[in-house]
Amino acid sequence: MTHQLKDGGQVMHVGMLARVEGEGGMHIEFEDGRVKDVKLNIFEPPRFYEGFLRGRKFTEPPDITARICGICPVAYQSASTEAMEAICGVTTTPEIQLMRRLLYCGEWIESHALHIFMLHAPDFLGYESVLEMAKDHPDVVQMALRLKKAGNDLMTVVGGRAIHPVNVKVGGFYRMPTVAELQRLRPDLERGRDDALAAVALVAGFDFPDMEQDYTYVALRHPDWYPLERGTEVVATSGVRFPVAEIPDHVEEFHVAHSNALHARFDGGTYFVGPLARYTLCFDQLSPATQEAALAAGLGETCRNPFKSIIVRAVELAYAFEEALRIVDGWRDGLAASVPVAPRAGEGVGASEAPRGLIWHRYRISEDGIIEDAQIVPPTSQNQASIEADLRTAAEKWTHLDDHALTHRCEEAIRNYDPCISCATHFLDLRVKRS
Amino acid sequence: MAEHTHEHGHEHGHEHAAVATDTRPKLAVWKFASCDGCQLSILNCEDELLQIAESVHIAYFPEATRAVVEGPYDLSLVEGSITTPGDVERIHEIRAQSGTLVTIGACATAGGIQALRNWADVDEFRSIVYAHPEYLSTLDTSTPIASHVDVDYELRGCPVDKTQLVEVLAAFLNGRKPRIPTYSVCVECKLKGNVCVPVATGTPCLGPVTQAGCGALCPSYGRGCYGCFGPQDSPNTEAMTRQLAELGMTNADIVRVYRTFNAGSPEFAAASDKAAAVGDAAAASSPGGAP
Repeated sequence: MTHQLKDGGQVMHVGMLARVEGEGGMHIEFEDGRVKDVKLNIFEPPRFYEGFLRGRKFTEPPDITARICGICPVAYQSASTEAMEAICGVTTTPEIQLMRRLLYCGEWIESHALHIFMLHAPDFLGYESVLEMAKDHPDVVQMALRLKKAGNDLMTVVGGRAIHPVNVKVGGFYRMPTVAELQRLRPDLERGRDDALAAVALVAGFDFPDMEQDYTYVALRHPDWYPLERGTEVVATSGVRFPVAEIPDHVEEFHVAHSNALHARFDGGTYFVGPLARYTLCFDQLSPATQEAALAAGLGETCRNPFKSIIVRAVELAYAFEEALRIVDGWRDGLAASVPVAPRAGEGVGASEAPRGLIWHRYRISEDGIIEDAQIVPPTSQNQASIEADLRTAAEKWTHLDDHALTHRCEEAIRNYDPCISCATHFLDLRVKRS
Repeated sequence: MAEHTHEHGHEHGHEHAAVATDTRPKLAVWKFASCDGCQLSILNCEDELLQIAESVHIAYFPEATRAVVEGPYDLSLVEGSITTPGDVERIHEIRAQSGTLVTIGACATAGGIQALRNWADVDEFRSIVYAHPEYLSTLDTSTPIASHVDVDYELRGCPVDKTQLVEVLAAFLNGRKPRIPTYSVCVECKLKGNVCVPVATGTPCLGPVTQAGCGALCPSYGRGCYGCFGPQDSPNTEAMTRQLAELGMTNADIVRVYRTFNAGSPEFAAASDKAAAVGDAAAASSPGGAP
């Protein structure tokens, strides 16, 4: 793992960072015991979505952009439908919005349960994988699988299937699920809510490395509820707030040589999207039960320790179950599944809160509904600079650790973000160089 | 530093103790250009996952574990399509290390949605998406795994169906052929008692030319099939194209409907090319006419 260089320096190297979605690597270079350079390398091959979306119809992005990510397809479906509806000047019904929120709850449940227990918890409990963890913690792993399944089942009922749902379209849904179909999910959702609240206490008992970062958090905000399937404005800990349509004025994407995923700046600086940002900016909008669970778990109303993101994800997991129950219980049959959407020429932005953070799409379409330009900005791209900043802090803070332990700590610092590299490129190769 | 760059994937978390005594077949899961959805389908087998992990030795599966066991592997599952020069080399190495190689999903079996580049100018795509195209190493095409190495079985779907995935795993572990139907989505619709969406509502539907396996999902939700399991074993695309036109689709619409997640499958590619040629001819004969 450690290689001496000809110049006397050292490189620590991990080929493929495990338990993340996609392919990337990491490079850390030391000089005289100080961190000289940090790079998150993303070599996931580009697929050129923004290229081939040109010439497609405005109705196609919910199906096509879902394929950017098998873990968070609904995030892409929601942002693209929002954008197209904004361009075409269409407002859907409150019930369609609620059903989108319910589908999105399924994605948060499935994705958060996957990351908390199967990708992240093994770091804290000292295992290579959840499968190994299952031998010593069968009850925890059984609970994790149950939670994840509840999310997938919800997506299957609302969306048709858990990966790349088929029921979403610009304007709403092809068919509304019935009260009877939704009520059948109820026992699992109720048990899931109780399990998730217990999970908050469970993961809060892990040992957390002591590290706080001065992030600029950015998240969507909605007047009525914790941001999920949509927001009306973007808010940041810097104090700025602006309507969703103005995101492109505040975010600048740029291309660096060591990543196939574009980096981004927010008002000229590094920023952070994701559960910690939502929690810190919108704690007041969580439910009383999830606020109580968070405070009992030792979190404040803000959280700046990236390693504690696992607790925040558990809080959001419980919240997603509560929201799902609320929507399921209030559902009625006989509601319109969609509203008609006729194309009109224009440009617009749609945004939602993917499990990993703010995602936004910008499209320009012609009067006959053909896409002329597309821009898709997923959370992991936006977080690359924050991930590199965390790696720098971690590598400096824990320089005294041996190479094995330092490598592992740095991997953890990346997994804190639940990075989705397939999304961002549209992997991780860890190298530490000491000289 | 370049001289210290390793072929990724074999660096950390090596498992030694169990290897010599473990007689379970060794399973490896590999990824190329893709969305991770098909390998996620393995983790989505919540009811079967722990049993699968007992029946096979999960030797390489970076999305799920840091542990890496060296090859050779009894069974390799491959997700994703080939889009870079490095990937062309890597798939040959994987083939050499694998007893049985099964490709999973539309990217691995047909090139995926990213195969749309096969009809485009990739240099233009590069410059649309990236400010510094020169940083990228990418091929002009996205091709299925079988275009590069011998493949023992191709499991279709965008994404694959997890019941079919478990069936393929069970079949290869027990030395039999997988029982996967290759008939059309129409058969599944009839078995399910669905109303035929093109007949009842005039909704264009690719069901007649598309392989079953999803459970006729889209028609069950009142929409037409969009072909995510690729062509069935004997697709009559000519009749399909005619019917799509009768239901009001333009040539440009028809080209687009064939060119999605299985655009690179020979049957859908040919049908789309034919529709595109008709569209071009029509445009040439009526200048100013819609494409």
